[in-house]
Amino acid sequence: MSQRETDFELDPYVPEFMRQARAEERNLAALSRRGFIKFSGVTGGGLVLGLSLSACSSDGQNDNGAEANLGSSFEANPFVQIRPDNSVVIFSKNPDVGQGVKTAMPMIIAEELDVDWSQVIVEQADIDQSRYGQQMAGGSTSIPSNWMSHRQAGATARAMLVSAAAVELGVDESELTTDAGFVIHDASDRRMAYGDLAERASTLAVPNADSLILKDRSEWKLLGRRITGVDNEKIVTGQPLFGIDQILPDMVYATIVKGPSIGARPVSANLDHVKSLPGIQDAFLVDGVGDPIEFPMNTPAVLPGVAIVANSTWAAFKAADALDVDWDHSNAATDSWSEAVAEAARLGAQDGAESLAEKGDLDAAFENASATAEGFYTYQFASHADLEPQNCTAWFKGDSIEIWAPTQTPTMAIPAVANLLGIPADRVTLHQLRGGGGFGRRLANDSVCEVAWIARELGVPVKAQWSREDDMAFDYYRPGGFHALKGALDSDGKLTAWQDHFISFGRNGRTVTAANLSPQEFPVNAVGNARITQSLIPSGMPTGYWRAPGSNALAFAIQSFLHELSAAASRDHLEFLLEVFENVSPPSTGGFGGFGGGGLNRERAAAVTRRAAEEAGWGRQLPDGRGLGLAFHFSHQGHFAEVAEVSVDANRRLTVHKVTVAGDIGPVVNMSGAENQVQGSVVDALSTLMGLEITFEGGRVEQRNFDRYPILRMSQAPEVDVHFIQSDNNPTGVGEPALPPAAPAICNAIFAATGHRVRTMPLTKEGYSI
Amino acid sequence: MLELNINGRPVEIGDDVDPATPLLWVLRDTLGMVGTKYGCGIGQCSACTVHVNGAPLQSCQLPVESAVGLQITTIEGLAEDGQLTAVQQAWIEEDVAQCGYCQAGQIMRATALLDSNPAPSDDQIDSAMSANICRCGTYNRIRKAVKNAAERLASNGGPNNRGVA
Repeated sequence: MSQRETDFELDPYVPEFMRQARAEERNLAALSRRGFIKFSGVTGGGLVLGLSLSACSSDGQNDNGAEANLGSSFEANPFVQIRPDNSVVIFSKNPDVGQGVKTAMPMIIAEELDVDWSQVIVEQADIDQSRYGQQMAGGSTSIPSNWMSHRQAGATARAMLVSAAAVELGVDESELTTDAGFVIHDASDRRMAYGDLAERASTLAVPNADSLILKDRSEWKLLGRRITGVDNEKIVTGQPLFGIDQILPDMVYATIVKGPSIGARPVSANLDHVKSLPGIQDAFLVDGVGDPIEFPMNTPAVLPGVAIVANSTWAAFKAADALDVDWDHSNAATDSWSEAVAEAARLGAQDGAESLAEKGDLDAAFENASATAEGFYTYQFASHADLEPQNCTAWFKGDSIEIWAPTQTPTMAIPAVANLLGIPADRVTLHQLRGGGGFGRRLANDSVCEVAWIARELGVPVKAQWSREDDMAFDYYRPGGFHALKGALDSDGKLTAWQDHFISFGRNGRTVTAANLSPQEFPVNAVGNARITQSLIPSGMPTGYWRAPGSNALAFAIQSFLHELSAAASRDHLEFLLEVFENVSPPSTGGFGGFGGGGLNRERAAAVTRRAAEEAGWGRQLPDGRGLGLAFHFSHQGHFAEVAEVSVDANRRLTVHKVTVAGDIGPVVNMSGAENQVQGSVVDALSTLMGLEITFEGGRVEQRNFDRYPILRMSQAPEVDVHFIQSDNNPTGVGEPALPPAAPAICNAIFAATGHRVRTMPLTKEGYSI
Repeated sequence: MLELNINGRPVEIGDDVDPATPLLWVLRDTLGMVGTKYGCGIGQCSACTVHVNGAPLQSCQLPVESAVGLQITTIEGLAEDGQLTAVQQAWIEEDVAQCGYCQAGQIMRATALLDSNPAPSDDQIDSAMSANICRCGTYNRIRKAVKNAAERLASNGGPNNRGVA
């Protein structure tokens, strides 16, 4: 196993779903050496190429001419189809929930295929793990995981079209070039459209992937350009697209009313009354299945509740208000956020219960320090709040089920539903629909399992719709947490010691989902003396992966406290951070590794930090009440530094004027999409920093809608100025890594503007408003 | 039986629909016009914005019985004969959407703004558009797209000219 693979396996931030995806990626990598497989009998005809995972020969040798005659287009799961009418259909395998892969992934194929983007029709691929491997939108992995296979898919098709043209034109392949969907023979001034070559190309042998010549970056025509999203026309005209838009003949509408506290079970309910209400077809108790706290992806999970089936969503919601349920709370959560905060304060004054990392001689470093700092940081639970509330549509047909889902993990939903219903996985068909936001919420397949449960009772098509209130009250939350931080500096103002007592939430002695801290989290890998300890507060609240899991909160505490230290030493924070980067050891690992991009690299970290500072005019004089703040974070293989410019008035009203971002994710695939992700990440971070907070008492979540969960609005949003350093590393994802540095950059700017150090998120707790 | 006017056409709503049902759910579930989106149900997010006699309104707050006699325009009613409006074209050119779920409501809001104020200032744009939540945070691009649309309209004869190439 390579060092990169080892880093990945050992990285505590890598969740199980990514480990599974990585295993699939390794399978694909092994297979791709064989080259691709042709499909025939596909609607539209022409040259159709894809990967066939099931036809792997044991010796790994190239299987020239591999062909699958599928007979009907339904069975085909190809990557690319060149049709005789000169259109090019590219199949996008992963879900799109707003991260833009439905545009970006096909761009990679189109680049190597050398077609004009206007020729390309993008279609959502069927969900079929046996043909596509793991299909999911998570961990900012779509681009790095599929980069090579997609390049090879395009290059393979191009090579076959060139071979076909060589035959047609009676010339040697070496004399041919391609451009914008044509094979060109310059010497005789002849050219042939791909569409006219597709049929002949489909009779040729599939070349070995090792024989392919992939384009050099300097030859790219499409990658790096600004390409508008492939679903934009449907979006702006209101055509059906999202999960919630699915309509089937004779479909009924359902909702499940869940207990007031997480995990409460219905004992009885006034079902007869509810069934007598207008528009109501049925109502029944749902026992539920699974552990309500565990994050469910490929395992069945349905919260207990009462299902109401109606002739419209509104009728179901209205009947839910008339429902009177006797709930059994004996196994329900009893958690209290206010008690957790008090407990954390008590624990923070003590030594941590367990040691995560011990390095050097921490006590000596503090004894010899010229300056020290300490701070207690708090961050809140947060809800994903996808604007499209959870929903799913299903049709149970006795021994099979068909599902229409806006899930982020479709290939994991299939075994979960099969297990739930006790049917084979090949009897579960899942149609992937666009998700109205994901942010990690739709990695969980609870809404898919729930509709399967209801559909089994009904036998007709049913859409199960969560109300906004249920979406917010029954989420898998970004866990809150606490850090008691201490640091020491020597007489040169150099960081000599780093101590973090991390207070998190746990069950059975282990952190709950997405509530852990890596012992190697930056800057542990950049300081000689460190002590990282952990104490856990018992928790019965469901937690999960929320955009840039872990990092979204850790960066707030760590990057803010680094600024406390540079301030304690009266040093320029840019100079201080660059010095810390110089001490990162080893120079290129640690943090969120794996997925082909390695870990934190100190040169890349320094480069983005310098660039952000330069673009923002770091060091310039500002009027009173206005300040600049700088922060960096590495996650999801992306190096990002950000500078915020803020002003704060006497009433602690905050204005974020501008956030300047510099990021290194290697070459940018779609500049428009990447810039949009970065801008949205900063807005998301500010939204969460300012006012988004989930609190709970007695296991009951206290926020149920946007009136108490104030998503940032346009008048509050800063200008976000985005710069990419397009290094020669393989491209990596950008759905997540730009989010973590934004909150600490803003908090550091508040300190610069006011001298007040904020250590509690959301900032409303410290009297700030926006 | 209720008779509505949606996108310039008469539409009959049968007696099986509760007259108190919000217009949002009549559009989506009864008429199958799913472009108008459900986000919160309490008039906070504006994903369900439609035009009522030309003014933007959250359709989750309008009982269908109260829509009788009013001119309702939805996102499906903006483009005529497949010709996108200036706002729709601007939204594509600026590549505003991330997930895209809120954008129908944003486009309805922006269209109403430009109908009443063809050359809004930055503050006026911010003020009008702040009624709508974008969870993905595409606000920088919404600002640009509203200005883009205003420029298209200015060079093509005003807000009623939908056929801007």
